[in-house]
Amino acid sequence: MVETSDIRVVRCGGSKVNLTPPIISSDSRFVLCTSGDLVKVYSTRTEEWLHSLQGHTNQVTGITLNPANHLQVYSCSVDGTVKLWDFIDGILIKVQLVEVHETVEIFLSSGLCVSACPECFQLVSVHLPKSAEQEVEAKEMSAVSSHISKNPSCTAFGRGGEYIAFARHLQLNVYFFRKQKTYSFSLKATDKKGAKNAFTCIACHPTDDCIATGHEDGKIRLWRNFIHKKEYTYSTQHWHHNAVNTLCFTPEGTHLLSGGIESVLVQWQYGADNRKEFLPRLGGSILHISASSDGQLFCTSHSDNKITVIESSFKVCGVIQGLVKDAVLTDLMIDPRSKALVLNGKPGHLQFYSLLRDKHLYNLDIVQQEYIYEAGLDQFEVVKAAFDIKGSWLATVEERGKKSSDLEFFLKLWAFDERTQSFVLNTTITAAHTDRIISMCFSSSEETTMLVTAAEDSQFKAWCQGADADTQQDQNFWSCDFVGSYHKLNPTNCSFSADSSLLAVSFQEVITIWSPDTWEMLTTLCQPPGVIRDLCFGRLSCSKYLLGTTTKNLLCCWNLLTCELEWSTSVDVSKLQPDPFSENVAAFSYQSKHTDLFVFKPSEPRPLFTNKNVCSEKVHRAVFVPREEPLNSCDESTQWLNRSQLYFLTQNMDLLTFSTATEEDRMLSSSKQLVIDDSVAVTPFYLLLGKHRQQQQKLNTQSHPVSDKPQQTQGSVTIKELLHTPAHVLPAASVLCSMFVNSFLISNTGVQQDPLSWLT
Amino acid sequence: MGEFKVHRVRFFDYMPSGIRALAFNRDIERIAVARMDGSVEVFHCSDRFFQEKIIPGREQCGIEGLSWVGERLFSAGLNGGITEYDLTNQKVKYTVDAYGGPIWTIAGNQQGTHLAVGCEDGTVKLFEVNEDKIQFERNLDRQKSRIISLSWHPSGSKIAAGMMDMIQIFNVETGHSVHRLLADRGVGTSRSKECVVWSVVYLSDGTIISGDSVGMVKLWDDQTGTLIKSHNVTKCDVLALSVSQNEDSLVAGTSEGTVVQFQFISMVLGKDDKEWVRTRTFKNHTHDIRAVAEITTAVVSGGMDAQLVVRPLLDKVEVRSAASALRKIHFPHRRLVSCARKSGLMLFQYPGHLELWRLGESEGKGEDDIHLFVKRNPEKLLHLKVKGEDHIRCSAVSPCGEWIVYSTASSLRLYRLHCDNNNVSITKVLQISTELSANQLCFSSDSSHLFSASTQSSVHLVSLSQSGCKFVGTLKPKSGERTIGIRESSKIIPASEDGKWLASANSDHEVHIYNLQTRKAHCTVPVYSSAVTAMGIHPTTNCLFMMYADQQMCEYSIEQKQYTDWSRMVQRKGLHRFWMERDTPCLNVMFNPQHPSHVILHDTYMLCIIDQSLPLPDDKTQFYNQLTLKSLPEEQRKSHSHAFKVCKTFKDILCVELMSDQSLVVVERPLEDVASQLPAPIKQKKFAT
Repeated sequence: MVETSDIRVVRCGGSKVNLTPPIISSDSRFVLCTSGDLVKVYSTRTEEWLHSLQGHTNQVTGITLNPANHLQVYSCSVDGTVKLWDFIDGILIKVQLVEVHETVEIFLSSGLCVSACPECFQLVSVHLPKSAEQEVEAKEMSAVSSHISKNPSCTAFGRGGEYIAFARHLQLNVYFFRKQKTYSFSLKATDKKGAKNAFTCIACHPTDDCIATGHEDGKIRLWRNFIHKKEYTYSTQHWHHNAVNTLCFTPEGTHLLSGGIESVLVQWQYGADNRKEFLPRLGGSILHISASSDGQLFCTSHSDNKITVIESSFKVCGVIQGLVKDAVLTDLMIDPRSKALVLNGKPGHLQFYSLLRDKHLYNLDIVQQEYIYEAGLDQFEVVKAAFDIKGSWLATVEERGKKSSDLEFFLKLWAFDERTQSFVLNTTITAAHTDRIISMCFSSSEETTMLVTAAEDSQFKAWCQGADADTQQDQNFWSCDFVGSYHKLNPTNCSFSADSSLLAVSFQEVITIWSPDTWEMLTTLCQPPGVIRDLCFGRLSCSKYLLGTTTKNLLCCWNLLTCELEWSTSVDVSKLQPDPFSENVAAFSYQSKHTDLFVFKPSEPRPLFTNKNVCSEKVHRAVFVPREEPLNSCDESTQWLNRSQLYFLTQNMDLLTFSTATEEDRMLSSSKQLVIDDSVAVTPFYLLLGKHRQQQQKLNTQSHPVSDKPQQTQGSVTIKELLHTPAHVLPAASVLCSMFVNSFLISNTGVQQDPLSWLT
Repeated sequence: MGEFKVHRVRFFDYMPSGIRALAFNRDIERIAVARMDGSVEVFHCSDRFFQEKIIPGREQCGIEGLSWVGERLFSAGLNGGITEYDLTNQKVKYTVDAYGGPIWTIAGNQQGTHLAVGCEDGTVKLFEVNEDKIQFERNLDRQKSRIISLSWHPSGSKIAAGMMDMIQIFNVETGHSVHRLLADRGVGTSRSKECVVWSVVYLSDGTIISGDSVGMVKLWDDQTGTLIKSHNVTKCDVLALSVSQNEDSLVAGTSEGTVVQFQFISMVLGKDDKEWVRTRTFKNHTHDIRAVAEITTAVVSGGMDAQLVVRPLLDKVEVRSAASALRKIHFPHRRLVSCARKSGLMLFQYPGHLELWRLGESEGKGEDDIHLFVKRNPEKLLHLKVKGEDHIRCSAVSPCGEWIVYSTASSLRLYRLHCDNNNVSITKVLQISTELSANQLCFSSDSSHLFSASTQSSVHLVSLSQSGCKFVGTLKPKSGERTIGIRESSKIIPASEDGKWLASANSDHEVHIYNLQTRKAHCTVPVYSSAVTAMGIHPTTNCLFMMYADQQMCEYSIEQKQYTDWSRMVQRKGLHRFWMERDTPCLNVMFNPQHPSHVILHDTYMLCIIDQSLPLPDDKTQFYNQLTLKSLPEEQRKSHSHAFKVCKTFKDILCVELMSDQSLVVVERPLEDVASQLPAPIKQKKFAT
């Protein structure tokens, strides 16, 4: 870490928004959720990402509104700090350093913060000191329980913060702060009817002394009278067929909301337990529910990294979709047209996600079948996908029957339709191979597109468009052009060289080089021992090199001109990722429980950049994402990040990336200027005015061809400042007056402006 | 540990009758159960729910309600009469016609002065309870529809009456209706159907709780006559309600077979504003629950599936023990089968008839758990219908198989059985009317005498011979100080093998031993706190072996008039935990003449042989150790074996008898067979079906 002090692994873009319950601001205008190291603020009405609260240096694990001031929000993070923010302006107000190890979760009530620590998951009540300084250290702490559940939903504050209820496995505990006494109640693990009684979540009624608990078998229990050791009582309701993930009382306590894997939001009427309402088909299983303080809006977060905003009339009014990373089977890919990240999304879909704007673009339905949300069903999944170099063709493989022996799979080819700006199914090949497709790649030449698939039936096939004579004129379908094999060995990888003049197909331990024009095997390369795991050609100036990694921890580089091994090194590479915009190749190696990254050029065996201990899990997927505007760093160790950014996916499905110091500085400076626009909601009125303003801006740019950005007139800046500064910090009106009048004076720019331009 | 050839009898089609009403008497801790066939049973709640008394029913006598007034038990039924029971002699005392058509409900006030009955003609009739009889007092205001349910205010000044579509509150003083509470009908198609208020409960704070056919439990205020709250409990009917004595818990029985508990709980802890909140749901029944009773420590429920379920409320139980476990009572705690040990005949007692069967025969000798080939199938010899309307109270067949005797509430009949070749005929030998009607019947082992347990702990002797029968005399207990007052009637009378001794136990827990040669009372066994469920006199040692309802056992030497050493050792060392935790009483005590030290016992779930020569197990030893013993080598077995050998091969046992040819007869009545003969329950949508 010492050598790479200016390059840091960050969670930036595509992070989980469903890690903690989202919170709705008290005026129901904003939804706040944690996303990696940030807290993101979204608009409830337009679902737009407005801005983010930036400042934590590690995963943010909990947010909660400040009970004393509803315009402020507390956040806590694994970095061990609790921060207080003004979330409307995005200003950090206060930092509290909590000494206990790492704060994992935060629950707040009446100035008292309870945090849990990861090692043993202790519940600690932390007294937040009242001091004016920006950075204070919270020292006053008292342990509530030394052993609580890892799941933060298993802890909840009771009526008015008088007590806290927390459950672990089969035991429910209620701790009364005033009496400093804990009452515990336990359930039997199972009974004759096969109940699974372990607690999964807790919610407390806001006005009554009633604790709702969810259980593994889908039961919901309402506990009452819990200050008695024996005379406590509970009632049981059962609708969910699987574990209840979350429970939430509405602020008035008239209803209880529950959700689970069924992805049905259930609303129970408190007191009349038989009456319930359902909102089905919400997508992934429900992980968290939260309600706004006026009870008008509910928010559910789902396992497919999604937040749904629901009106109290049980109508979905907004969806905030994050990057879905549930079961990534395909590689990480970049759509050459939109530069969006493409991977498995909703079941049976490919998702297109813009990492730059951290926004989900759209889903492409590949399987085109209804997905049934039930455990243990064998359904079609997209397992492979590949784009051609221009982004006009997409090849996908979907398969089902991984567990059973009868494997079914389809190879589909999708053409990009300029008119609809989306991919349209062109060809479906039902029996492309007799066994599972292992690897697939498009040729990289611009003129002819060719797809090569390698499968476990020890064949590889080349597919071309319109080669079949039977096909009709107007539609060009794909058909098989060539079938190749090598000594009945199973192919493991295939790859085209940068100019598509060569095709490398690895058969177990042997790499064969083919000419795609004549389908002639040119040569074989063999470097025993070990099966070839990854294969790639060098780019640009290094295109004469072919890189391969083997299962026996060998990274080899062949020179294709001499057909000889140029160099090889012993390293266990789990993923080899070439950068399409430079000669650089990134290799992730997994050794002794952590992953290291090496970036090197195939021409020289010395790495450009090494980063030890990137993460503690294995990395199997990585991608270089092109930057919108290249950095111009001259430092050797950061140079490789100039044109593109390396994202990688760990086994925990964390999408991580590298950021440089200069980049962070730039982002920080831009965020400081961030002032929330008063047009949070896109109303028709805004559209009308906005259009007008855009026209005006166009006018401006025409009149100022030199400046690339439309310059605001000084007047509108002044007015804006006047209107946006809170009234209590405004200087006296006499001071403002001259400034205001000054702003009406037209500066001498040489071009007469329409005086109305800044009034709008 | 003794090998037996077992006749596994499963052709006794005994059907328990559905439970219609329950009444709990808190003072004497007894619960009375009325069944659909008109029989009334009394269970002792603190003595492990032992079935103390059974009053057999009659044809065409449907009981609709039960009510205790003090220690007196009253019932009312659709035949329009109110019946009081003579619990000491286990029979109907008298029946008074209410002249209001069928009676749907009966309720006594807490003061014990009045009974109210709700009649088909829409009247609530008040009866005054006198010393020995009840007396009609007056009618309350007559209503248009029948009165389904009644509840007195604890002060006795008001009555709530549930009817079709409404509840009326009557002032008892004036007899006028104070309020009329309208119950809503169901929505949708059931709108046209009347809402039947099946059950009402009047609390002392003026809250009226009703359960109706719409499936609602509703809470009403009697001052304003308004609905306070309603709970939708089920889609079907709420048939029964019961409130605990301190009015903090209410149970509702539904026709889905669930019991729903409501509790009176403060919503904010430490504050006094309490509300009725639905809490637990118990599902132990498959069919309609017709009656529930909240008895402070447990919820007792009974219904169409004929089982009495005692569900303990663990928050009210002080110490958790076997006595406070979930209990399901399926079969009567007495024998319905008697066997002629010498001739292989079995007599099955049904409510309205008797069946005599001959056991089948098998060939071959098998190893452990081998089914033998049946050579001759069992054969039904006789179907004897009872004379009159009364149901059979008890019956017996003599060991030689020549005599059959049965008794109803009104008479005792003795028949002689002639069996030549395949021709079976009977002749009536004796018919004795009321005074001699027996609670229990028993033959001497040589079939020369019939013993009939009768009222006041007396036992009548009838000598039997080829020529006929003769009433010989009556055995009465020694008239000591304790004979003051009415004696309970005798129940269990085993006679010794040699015909010298006779022991009788009554429901006062007394056991008397008589010398049959002198026909005098010999002695009395010290009274134990629990009821005797079974006893037997050992054929060689003449010791009386007794089993009690709390699973204790005693052996009493008749000759020495004291407990035997073995019995004292059992008392000193205590019985194994597993033995004490069994929840059904032992129903028979038998002795194996080939192994004098063996005592054979059985309850509903197991068959047990106690070897008195082996050491007793303590709580640390493995109780069910047969399998372990089997795996051990021969020499180690001795050190690991203990006195109790339990066989759980048979289930739902009604009777086990050791025949004189060393074969066992095990009469089983599988609960699945009982369940399959019940009417279909309410159809419910179950998840994933």
